[in-house]
Amino acid sequence: MKLSKMTALLAMSVAMPAAATELEVTHWWTSGGEAAAVAELAKAFDASGDKWVDGAIAGGGGTARPIMISRITGGDPMGATQFNHGQQALELVEAGLMLDLTDVAEANNWKEVVYPPSLLDACTVDGKIFCAPVNIHSPEWLWLSNKVYEDLGLPVPTNWDEFVASAPAVRDAGKLPLALGDQPWQSNLAFGAMQIAVAGLDAWKAVNVDKNMDVAAGPEYAKVFEAAAAARELAKGSAVQDWNQATNLVITDQAAGQIMGDWAQGEFQVANEVAGTDYTCLPGLGLNEYISTGGDAFYFPKLNDPDKEAAQKRLAAQLVSPDVQVAFNLKKGSLPIRGDIDLSAANDCMKKGLEILAGGNIVPSGDMVWSPDVQKQNEDLMVEFWKSDMPAADAHAKWVANLKTGL
Amino acid sequence: MSVTSEAEAIRTTSAARPRARWTRNISAKIAALPMIATALVIFVGGTIWTVVYSFTDSKLLPRTRWVGLDQYERLWDTNRWVVSIENLFFYGVMSLIFTVVMGFILAVLMDQKIRYEDTFRTIMLYPFALSFIVTGLVWQWILNPQFGIQGVVRDMGWTSFTFDPLNNPQTVLYGLLIAGLWQGTGFVMCLMLAGLRGIDEDIWKATRVDGIPTWKTYVVVIIPMMRPVFITTLVIVASGIIRLYDLVVAMTSGGPGGNASQVPAMYVYDYMFQAQNLGQGFAASTMMLLSVLIVLIPWAYLEFGGKKHG
Repeated sequence: MKLSKMTALLAMSVAMPAAATELEVTHWWTSGGEAAAVAELAKAFDASGDKWVDGAIAGGGGTARPIMISRITGGDPMGATQFNHGQQALELVEAGLMLDLTDVAEANNWKEVVYPPSLLDACTVDGKIFCAPVNIHSPEWLWLSNKVYEDLGLPVPTNWDEFVASAPAVRDAGKLPLALGDQPWQSNLAFGAMQIAVAGLDAWKAVNVDKNMDVAAGPEYAKVFEAAAAARELAKGSAVQDWNQATNLVITDQAAGQIMGDWAQGEFQVANEVAGTDYTCLPGLGLNEYISTGGDAFYFPKLNDPDKEAAQKRLAAQLVSPDVQVAFNLKKGSLPIRGDIDLSAANDCMKKGLEILAGGNIVPSGDMVWSPDVQKQNEDLMVEFWKSDMPAADAHAKWVANLKTGL
Repeated sequence: MSVTSEAEAIRTTSAARPRARWTRNISAKIAALPMIATALVIFVGGTIWTVVYSFTDSKLLPRTRWVGLDQYERLWDTNRWVVSIENLFFYGVMSLIFTVVMGFILAVLMDQKIRYEDTFRTIMLYPFALSFIVTGLVWQWILNPQFGIQGVVRDMGWTSFTFDPLNNPQTVLYGLLIAGLWQGTGFVMCLMLAGLRGIDEDIWKATRVDGIPTWKTYVVVIIPMMRPVFITTLVIVASGIIRLYDLVVAMTSGGPGGNASQVPAMYVYDYMFQAQNLGQGFAASTMMLLSVLIVLIPWAYLEFGGKKHG
């Protein structure tokens, strides 16, 4: 009895892959909300007759990307893999290791539907398209705890300057003005958000898009560094490591605010906090309402197997399709990569983001304009700057030197 | 010791037999060929490849565009790298002194023909069976101010008690040291114990007849006799220190304050893989290789060069 059952099961498990094409998909979405979002992608892919083999890698992009890259360069490629669109996978594309998706993009009219177009540009190398963008995440947000300000009898700040002005009162009340985790990328993110808020759009574009090093060394950016030096005083005393622990300080009203990406609102949601009443979000730190359009995209390594290649192209088309975009982004809390779909179920903060997006107040993300090498050097510099007493002018000079290595 | 006496034995037999050395034990030598080939191709070949490519501007994929010493200049201009070296130097010196001293003292205590020696030995050696990752995670929790030692003592009523080494840039290296010593001392103790057991009983009898106090016997007679054991221990511990990586990743990931507990191996990993800058990572790992060689070459010279000591 048992044996025959087992043989039947075995036969089934052997027979299954023959019916559907299996694709292993690697990504680093492992937190609660992220896993729920990935499940939507898998569900859609399985429903269309193929098989999604989940290859989640825990530990964040910094841990996952080296594993993905060494699998691709080492001759053990997966069916599809997540990267942040931009320069992370550029060399893999240039080395001819990635599948050309231009025909899929043309068949599904990606050029028309993907908004903003810079997302598709970030996937394009030599006129060919190599990745399917799936969402937009922007890091330039200031998250505030309303309760901290109510207890102090102060109005909730509406921009960064008011936030800084209110900080001494927060400090006197024994609370932390600004929560900042210890991981290097968080300091870099905070600095990135202040760049566009303090220096303004023109200076930002001159440095990051046109790579004008004179502007980078100039007075606009000196102001950014001075503002950051003031901000690090507000962050003194936040002894946490991970970004979500820092967000938790804001949720539990131990800290007044945090500069973090829009993924932070997932944490507020899990804690049953309501945007507007329990917490306030200020895109662009409330000064310059610009958001950068970084995010995630899927790349498809070349597999030399026509069946799998067809399945890869089916998956690519599906990731950009409207139904999948809505289901995925609502769970993920990120913005969709096309402007023609209905996201009425989104919460207040997401709607603010959608409005900015629709208004066109967008800039490319750091991953798109600088190489990972420059990004990493700046991370190292920023964490040192934010966590020590390094003079603003020194940090400024080093920062310009770092940028120059990426020219 | 047994190893040297064996070597002695082989030497005398080979001197007695006129046959060429390489034809002896020919089957054993053939059996060793794959290992020799692996060592040459993987270790030596890989090392040379790494050093060669450290003079290029390779990014994600290796390429031969030569840039001379640029990568090294950038490396030594980078504050994080310099701090890493300083951290490792401090950790290395402290850890070397404490593991050897504590390991030796434990071994001496163990050698007093105590009861339940096997049990103690097992307890002392157990931490060594754990990887650095597990050690690091365990100690990260023990040293956590909310849940670890500080929390427990405060719960017992001493509310001003503060013991939080990992969140303070000034003390974080001591926190790492505690975990490193916990893991490594048992192993050093075992090496030392083996050395102590190799000392002839007659020596002890002779010193007792001469009326030399025990502590003096250790310092003046036993420790000099254990020179080979000490040297081997130093080399094993030192090479372990230079590749210190997983303990730091598990306990502090280089923080607090950005780079208070950074070590060179973390720099190599971050720049090779996260920054996608192979050339920079290779330059850093070549510097690490150099420092290993600085430890190893004097040892090899002492062990194999000056045969009259052996």
